[in-house]
Amino acid sequence: MSKVLLQVSDLTMRFGGLLAVDGVQFDVHDDEVFAIIGPNGAGKTTVFNCVGGFYKPTTGVITMDGKPIHGMPSHKVAREGLVRTFQNVRLFKNLTVLENLLVAQHQHINTNLASGLLKTPAFRRSEEEALANAAKWLDFMGIREYANREAGNLAYGHQRRLEIARCMITRPRLLMLDEPAAGLNPQEKRDLQQLIDQLRREFDVAVLLIEHDMSLVMGVSDRIMVMEHGRPITTGVPDEVRTDPRVIKAYLGED
Amino acid sequence: MVSHIKNALIAAVMAGVIIAPVFGLQIVRSGMQTHLEPEWDMVLMGMAIVFVFQAFVRPAFVKVMGRGERKFSMPVLNDTSRRAMIFLLIAIALIWPFFTGRAEVDIATLVLIYVMLGLGLNIVVGFAGLLDLGFVGFYAVGAYTYALLYHWAGWGFWEALPLAGAMAGLFGYLLGFPVLRLRGDYLAIVTLGFGEIIRLLLINLYEFTGGPDGISGIPKPTVFGMPMVRRAPEGETTFHEFMGWQFDNMDVIIYLYLMALVLALVTLFVSNRVIRMPIGRAWEALREDEIACRSLGLNPTNIKLSAFTMGATFAGFGGAFFAARQGLVNPESFTFLESALILAIVVLGGMGSQVGVILAAIVLTVLPEVAREFAEYRMMIFGLVMVVMMMWRPQGLLPMKRPHVELKQ
Amino acid sequence: MSEFIPQLVQQFFNGLSLGAIYALIAIGYTMVYGIIGMINFAHGEIYMIGAYVGLVTLSAIGVGTGLPVPLIILIMLIVAMLVTAVYGYAVEKVAYAPLRGGPRLVPLISAIGMSIFLQNWVAVGQGARDMAVPALVTGALQVNIGDYTITAPYSRIMIILVTVVLMFMLHMYIKHSRLGRASRACSQDLRMANLLGIDTNKIISFTFVVGAMLAAVGGVLIALAIGKLNPFIGFLAGIKAFTAAVLGGIGSIPGAMLGGVLLGLAETFAAAYISSQYKDIVAFSLLVLILLFRPTGLLGKPEVEKV
Repeated sequence: MSKVLLQVSDLTMRFGGLLAVDGVQFDVHDDEVFAIIGPNGAGKTTVFNCVGGFYKPTTGVITMDGKPIHGMPSHKVAREGLVRTFQNVRLFKNLTVLENLLVAQHQHINTNLASGLLKTPAFRRSEEEALANAAKWLDFMGIREYANREAGNLAYGHQRRLEIARCMITRPRLLMLDEPAAGLNPQEKRDLQQLIDQLRREFDVAVLLIEHDMSLVMGVSDRIMVMEHGRPITTGVPDEVRTDPRVIKAYLGED
Repeated sequence: MVSHIKNALIAAVMAGVIIAPVFGLQIVRSGMQTHLEPEWDMVLMGMAIVFVFQAFVRPAFVKVMGRGERKFSMPVLNDTSRRAMIFLLIAIALIWPFFTGRAEVDIATLVLIYVMLGLGLNIVVGFAGLLDLGFVGFYAVGAYTYALLYHWAGWGFWEALPLAGAMAGLFGYLLGFPVLRLRGDYLAIVTLGFGEIIRLLLINLYEFTGGPDGISGIPKPTVFGMPMVRRAPEGETTFHEFMGWQFDNMDVIIYLYLMALVLALVTLFVSNRVIRMPIGRAWEALREDEIACRSLGLNPTNIKLSAFTMGATFAGFGGAFFAARQGLVNPESFTFLESALILAIVVLGGMGSQVGVILAAIVLTVLPEVAREFAEYRMMIFGLVMVVMMMWRPQGLLPMKRPHVELKQ
Repeated sequence: MSEFIPQLVQQFFNGLSLGAIYALIAIGYTMVYGIIGMINFAHGEIYMIGAYVGLVTLSAIGVGTGLPVPLIILIMLIVAMLVTAVYGYAVEKVAYAPLRGGPRLVPLISAIGMSIFLQNWVAVGQGARDMAVPALVTGALQVNIGDYTITAPYSRIMIILVTVVLMFMLHMYIKHSRLGRASRACSQDLRMANLLGIDTNKIISFTFVVGAMLAAVGGVLIALAIGKLNPFIGFLAGIKAFTAAVLGGIGSIPGAMLGGVLLGLAETFAAAYISSQYKDIVAFSLLVLILLFRPTGLLGKPEVEKV
């Protein structure tokens, strides 16, 4: 039975005179793909940043599995199982692909100074495990051959996959994807749609998604929230949202 | 061509204005008055040089542009030959002092101290990307910890050494805690402030630290508890008496060098291991993109703190050794210039590159000794070199390919 | 009547004249930081060079020749401003401009190198020792409050007056001139200003030049007031002035003025009422505290990090 994982109520974010987000409310169940869409400037990424702990919301309550996370610093939020990708891919460009995946496992690795210096068996085991995990994800994403290359040298589509793998290797409960399809060609977008679905099914992770590509959104989401000018217009299943006149107006303007 | 000449003329005039009040017109005191001694040839020479440079040399340079940025890679040796290399180098380092004179060994000991300091700062600046301009403060803490432990409690070097490192590390932790969430340039200034505060405290807490005079008479390290001196204090045996050897001052120098070598090798070992450990990877990731790190659950403050503290601890060890070598400590040795020198070592060597740091430590310590005639110009050239390095090769003289983990396919 | 009030007034005056100097130097830091986001480490050295140029000029003119003192001082100031303008321009073009756009550590290290270079450039050229500056302005204003006399040396009054005049002129210029408007645009958003057709390189140079000239005035005036100088006065003065700039809100010119005055007062009061030995620590401690608790300073706006 699916239960509510992330709950956001009364979220507002004010930057000086600008009210970027006003009264946003939604929840994400632990087995669903939830998308936030809306015209540019609607405040979608701001919502992400608030949920992720990068901004401190002006008001609002955000809970993860019942535990309040609003106002928590971003690294603590991540440790609660909430990780995200970024609009401009934020890989560690000068580290190798493999190392990107190793760093992401930092909280699960043996980081004891003494064991590391002395290369104790416990340390060695931990490193091997981390390498094995990384290899597993590289295989899953089909980028194993690039393992030892600098992450910045990868093709854009592969960089995106790496970023997602990096998130997944932290064993999250909620994966937040910020415009994951931006800059991808149609085939890559189809692959992405499949990937999101696969992640949700095989890895027990919920997905919160910001996206502009309608066919992707409609194809993969369970529920969608539409935002405009910082406010939610409507929330519902794809079919409802697609035919909602308010949504059409928001995207296409007055007729 | 004409525009080159015009620019060159303007540059030459500017050069004239710049040189004249400093080198062109020397202020000379004569009784109550000051008058000026003009040295116009210096000014004219400077102007001419600038003119020629701007008019002819620079444009030619630009044409011959070859901005290739090849990363220097050490020849890849397999594990056995690498280990053999390392043993060979260590063996040479061990044997060498017995065949050279006192001055050379003395300088070598100083080099080793700077290697320790450079490796320490390398972790902070080169790996974690934290510009610490107050590094000398931790150096001072280490030195004074030993000095004070000796002065107030009669401790010897080997007992004080771990405490010196620990104190410096503690200072690093306490100072780093509030300060590490600041942005790069602010962090630099604040750490500079801390370094100065430590120095000022050392000068002013006269009763405790000896003030500007400092503390003297600090003993050198003992050999398994036996002091290496000409005459032993009451009831103790000197090392030479124990071995049945004739006391020779050179022995002390060599012993000091060997101990410095041991410490430096330990520092190198730890530094080497640490950058291949998860914490080392975290430092590099943090330097690349702090926001991405946070989004993955890495706590930036803790990670930066670990680098800061570790660097401080290395500095503390170096400081204790410095105190032992000099025999005395005073606040004069711990000015901002020292921090700048250690920073220059790291920058010159290539931030993050350990071999580079070692080489830079050698160059920057030996060169001033060798070029004694230029002593006046030393600091001027030092500053100039820093500027030039940033313009020409900010990655350092010997940027290495990063040591990284490889996945066997 | 107690000694407290007159003492207070005396220290207030002292602090004000010290603060004026800090303000003059601080403006250079704040303007440069506001536009290119960089701490000009070598700025303190420009202040020192200004002082030296003043002394050279004075030696060239010769004390005791017929010229009236105010005229001599004016000439010293003008020559110092012109020379340091060239220094400021050259340092920016040579050591900073080529490094713009790269990693932030690089220009900072270059600036540190420049600072060390300039200190020793002057030390080699004119000697590293303290050098005496003839007292051009002697005497003081004595004000009696009850039994106690407050002494206000004319040289210090001159500092305050000149600073106030210059601040006012700068404020007017920045507010009303084209160059001033362009400067403000650049400090708000450099890239946008560039796209709008403003020659940002020229504005940046202008910023360095103005900052240098103000620092030079500070250097000349303080040298006259104190009576001596050496090539290393720029280091401490620079850090303190930077503290003042941060205190007032980095990037804000009124902030630099306010910060300078506040720091001057704080330091003077600390020296008088706590301990004169630790007065330097006041500045450093203040710097650390501000950066920890209110990094945007008194007149600055809180920044939000864009993710």
